[in-house]
Amino acid sequence: MSASEPMADLPLPHSPAPEAPPPQSGPNQPTSNQSARYTVLDRKPFRLVDLLLAWETILVLLLVAVIGINTWISPYFLDVFNLSDATSNFSEKAIVALAMALLILVGEIDLSVAAIIALSSLIMGLASVAGVGTFGLIVIGLSVGAFAGAFNGYLVTAIGLPSIVVTIGTMSLFRGIAQVVLGDQAITKYPEGLQTLGQTTLLAVPPLPNSFYIFVVLAVVAGLVLHRTTAGRRLYAIGNNPVAARFSGIRVERIRFTLFVLSGLASGLAAVLLTGRIGSTRPNIALGWELEVVTMVVLGGVSISGGSGTIPGVVLAVFVLGLTTFGMSLVNVPGIVINVLLGLLLISAIAVPLVVRGILRGLGR
Amino acid sequence: MTSIVTRRELVLAAIIVAMALLIGLRTPVFLTLNNILFVVTDTSVLIMMALAQMTVILTRGIDLSVAANLALTGMLVALLSHAHPGLPIPIIMLVAMAIGGGLGLVNGLLVAGLGIPPIVVTLGTMSIYRGAIFVVAGGAWLTSKDMTDAFLAFPKAEFAGLSSLTLVAAAVTIGFFVLMTLTRTGRNLYAVGGNPVAARYCGVSLPKLQVLVYTLTGTISGLAGYLWVARFGIAYADIAAGYELTVIASCVIGGVSIAGGIGSVPGTVLGALFLGVVANALPLINVSPFWQMAISGAVILAAVIVNTRSEWRPRKLILREARRAAAGGQK
Repeated sequence: MSASEPMADLPLPHSPAPEAPPPQSGPNQPTSNQSARYTVLDRKPFRLVDLLLAWETILVLLLVAVIGINTWISPYFLDVFNLSDATSNFSEKAIVALAMALLILVGEIDLSVAAIIALSSLIMGLASVAGVGTFGLIVIGLSVGAFAGAFNGYLVTAIGLPSIVVTIGTMSLFRGIAQVVLGDQAITKYPEGLQTLGQTTLLAVPPLPNSFYIFVVLAVVAGLVLHRTTAGRRLYAIGNNPVAARFSGIRVERIRFTLFVLSGLASGLAAVLLTGRIGSTRPNIALGWELEVVTMVVLGGVSISGGSGTIPGVVLAVFVLGLTTFGMSLVNVPGIVINVLLGLLLISAIAVPLVVRGILRGLGR
Repeated sequence: MTSIVTRRELVLAAIIVAMALLIGLRTPVFLTLNNILFVVTDTSVLIMMALAQMTVILTRGIDLSVAANLALTGMLVALLSHAHPGLPIPIIMLVAMAIGGGLGLVNGLLVAGLGIPPIVVTLGTMSIYRGAIFVVAGGAWLTSKDMTDAFLAFPKAEFAGLSSLTLVAAAVTIGFFVLMTLTRTGRNLYAVGGNPVAARYCGVSLPKLQVLVYTLTGTISGLAGYLWVARFGIAYADIAAGYELTVIASCVIGGVSIAGGIGSVPGTVLGALFLGVVANALPLINVSPFWQMAISGAVILAAVIVNTRSEWRPRKLILREARRAAAGGQK
């Protein structure tokens, strides 16, 4: 994405203020549009109802509720070391979720992210067995991810295939390759440097894992790019109407391709961190993560049909999901039962505001 | 719509036959009648599930919860039969279809009633149904020891040389064929997928069709749940894990367009048979079963590339005509 060229003359009705997401389908739709018929405002007028019904507000309330409930049910929840342990369990997924959010924003999806993690981890493992050092392994992990992402991007943009089918296919293909090579074996020989990266912390206070710091930095970068640059506005334009975006001079296919590479790169980074953290590669590494990542993004308020959503929303959703999982596991709820809760959370978080808006609209008339 | 099978279905059928013959060259046992019947039996559940999924994809939807529905319903009927060993099998099958249909109805109401995108709804219910298995069974596994003989016998039964699984799949296939080609509902499914706005103007109700297809898919998944659990004699939280993607892959290979409105019953059946032949052939030709996943991934990509090429032409024609009209009728 080149941010150098001037912004195309898109008639954008609203500024990218995060508290006033662009009007589009999905959970962010404003309650009603009262403006006169032919007036196009630079900025939507501030209304308390919009702020109160904004997706991020709901997520903040959810997060407060989750922290409150967790503190109530387990005395160990508000422990600094426990919390730092909690973050290590979702930071890698969260990194992938940032890239996935941008991809879903332009109306695409990448279901192969977990398989890319498996493939990256496999190639890193083979290289490690061959004697490659820590730095070399990191480069290999990232480049395998980027290449896998480029493969997806090529199929979607150059051949014009629907991304959901392409990435279901490459998901089988990439993980299939890992299964063929590894069979029922595991690679466990990794240099100390890689394990240090995955298992230690950069700063002693607060003792949060490196992956979490990387996530925070990347989230800030993603947020700034999406909400404060023309490149970010272009993503919204593509998500809302790719044809109009193309006619406005936005290189739609190139941006789509770049985002697939980015998604692969984020998966490669997650593979580096995860492989370092658990110190081994098995064929089922990161199995099922794609759905958890998509859940984070969708709960974060990104419309699955593209065109609306914010990075702060995704970050909040990451914490809601991560801390729910952690709190439940503190009181020994089995992982699969936690999934019931996460599924209910996903559906009700989207359904309840829709129902509330419907009732409000009914009362307003 | 005059011919029952299209050219691409003939091509797919020819590929399957050629593949089977090649495998037969290396291991003649693959082409024996018994083995062919076994492959069909083994693929029966996939065929049923793929046909149901096809109706959902035709409406531009997707149902990711089918495998979780299958596993949950399978567990519930296994528990039911364990608690009431006297229940006749037809009743158990009806109960399975009712439970599955109920679970599918939940998807349908969320999609049609609230307008939540299908992929989000079924992603959520997938997690919920999977977790519910663990909850209802208390984390326990049910094995064939916990099931009655009659419960286990049905999938292994044979009638006139054909397995009951094959016969059920054949009946379901005929049902879907009639639905898609001879009824108004079937035509409406193509209409809402092809152009939802035009379909609405013609008086076709998308929400009603959505409730119908998700419920139908749930019903088939429920039936498949009983068949699966009884056939393998085991029920636990992870049975058929990831099977929803195999089901969707069958549709894609069979020529169903993920963009909606395109797809046929024969194509989908062939798509499922293709994956069934691959899965059953690999062990016979001494290829590690670990290859199966990579192969099916490559096949999905190949199939979708072929599909897109054949779907391209009409769209380009329209554009060309539009351009010609815009240029004032010039060539």
